[in-house]
Amino acid sequence: MRNPQLNRHGELIHLLSIEGLPRDVVTHILDTAGTFLSVSEREVKKVPLLRGKSVFNLFFENSTRTRTTFEIAAKRLSADVINLDIARSSTAKGESLLDTIANLSAMHADMFVVRHAESGAPYLIARHVAPHVHVVNAGDGRHAHPTQGLLDMYTIRHYKRDFTNLTVAIVGDIVHSRVARSDIHALATLGVPEIRAVGPRTLVPGDLREMGVRVCHDMAEGVRGADVVIMLRLQNERMSGAMLPSAGEFFKTYGLTPDKLALAKPDAIVMHPGPINRGVEIDSSVADGSHSVILPQVTFGIAVRMAVMSIIAGNEA
Amino acid sequence: MSTLALDAEALYAELRAGLRGLLAPDTALVGIWSGGAWLAERLQRDLQRPGAHGVITSTLHRDDFGERGLAGGAGATQLPFEVDGRDILLVDDVLYTGRTVRAVLNELFDYGRPARVTLAVLVDRGGRELPIEPAFAAARVALPPGQRLSLARGDDGRFTFSTRSAA
Repeated sequence: MRNPQLNRHGELIHLLSIEGLPRDVVTHILDTAGTFLSVSEREVKKVPLLRGKSVFNLFFENSTRTRTTFEIAAKRLSADVINLDIARSSTAKGESLLDTIANLSAMHADMFVVRHAESGAPYLIARHVAPHVHVVNAGDGRHAHPTQGLLDMYTIRHYKRDFTNLTVAIVGDIVHSRVARSDIHALATLGVPEIRAVGPRTLVPGDLREMGVRVCHDMAEGVRGADVVIMLRLQNERMSGAMLPSAGEFFKTYGLTPDKLALAKPDAIVMHPGPINRGVEIDSSVADGSHSVILPQVTFGIAVRMAVMSIIAGNEA
Repeated sequence: MSTLALDAEALYAELRAGLRGLLAPDTALVGIWSGGAWLAERLQRDLQRPGAHGVITSTLHRDDFGERGLAGGAGATQLPFEVDGRDILLVDDVLYTGRTVRAVLNELFDYGRPARVTLAVLVDRGGRELPIEPAFAAARVALPPGQRLSLARGDDGRFTFSTRSAA
């Protein structure tokens, strides 16, 4: 079966997951993002590529930040952006997901940006929209968060240039993290030789080894010699007790402090998808320190989302 | 018309000579990516212009985005000077429909309001679809619509023209 994200010419028409995307598609997105990065520095911070198109932000799960960056990206491409507070509207009245999509399609939507608590929801939508309509996954359940994965790759490439000699450590709550999953797929696609997943047994699934990931339950072992350290947020809202003794205990063992960071390469970069929990997974002095590239990640995220939206909008199903 | 022998180096020499009348001391040279950018780079050097030349791309303002999508490989616009109030000379290798120049003008105005914009090209091949005319063209030729004409730059920096039939 063909990858539902690609048309018969192998061009990207939806972005649902990084898994299964060819390397040249990923690289094309990163290259295009580079072009868009400068748009935000111009006097006129807008280009007309999506002029006359309507982008619907469908956030079935709350996320002010991701929704805002998609909104900014779509507006810089001159699209009309409609934000639907879906969690509180039609679904609360019992409307099914596909009925919601059919109704919004009747309002001439050209693109849906979807966040949903259920893994696979964006795939279902992509299968049911008209050929000219495009879908971007903005996070589905524990499955994928491809634009975060891509902006992480953009950030790594910006600071490290080449992927093929890097050691990347992803630290924390991996089992609940769609960001970790998207990062791992992207890093593997781009040829990173050493990908480490670091955290306690309860939060790092052992089957990651099958994806070529080195699993480390010891923080020192996980961070030692790393070029890139990606810290994940401890997802309190997804955790049902029992998996961790306490947040304080977690910080003591896996929190990124200056002395733990000292084990990484001297020029290592520290990343975090945000929002950060200071003193839970990352020490304030590290989050604000010279190795941290957490705020540049946010800036790059807008350019990457502009790239994704303009590429898929330019390709026919 | 089968093949057309255009001596790109001879035309470049003519363009270089023709530009002298168009360039004021504070005129900024801006090459349209990619062939025009090579021309601007060499003109900047050969005419001993002060400062750096600019490079501009039509990618983000093209009117065929719906059919073509984002063309890969286009470099980003780089204008290392203040555009507001500036006298700008756009340089391109081949002028055809005028659509690239239209897109580039929009791109340019995203950076500011230039005092004046003029256009100089190596070859004007006719076939205009918009009211755009160059202030200087080193050659005017007629080519059938199916033929593509583009400038190439060798490892030694010398220019040649290549023609091929569009697929």
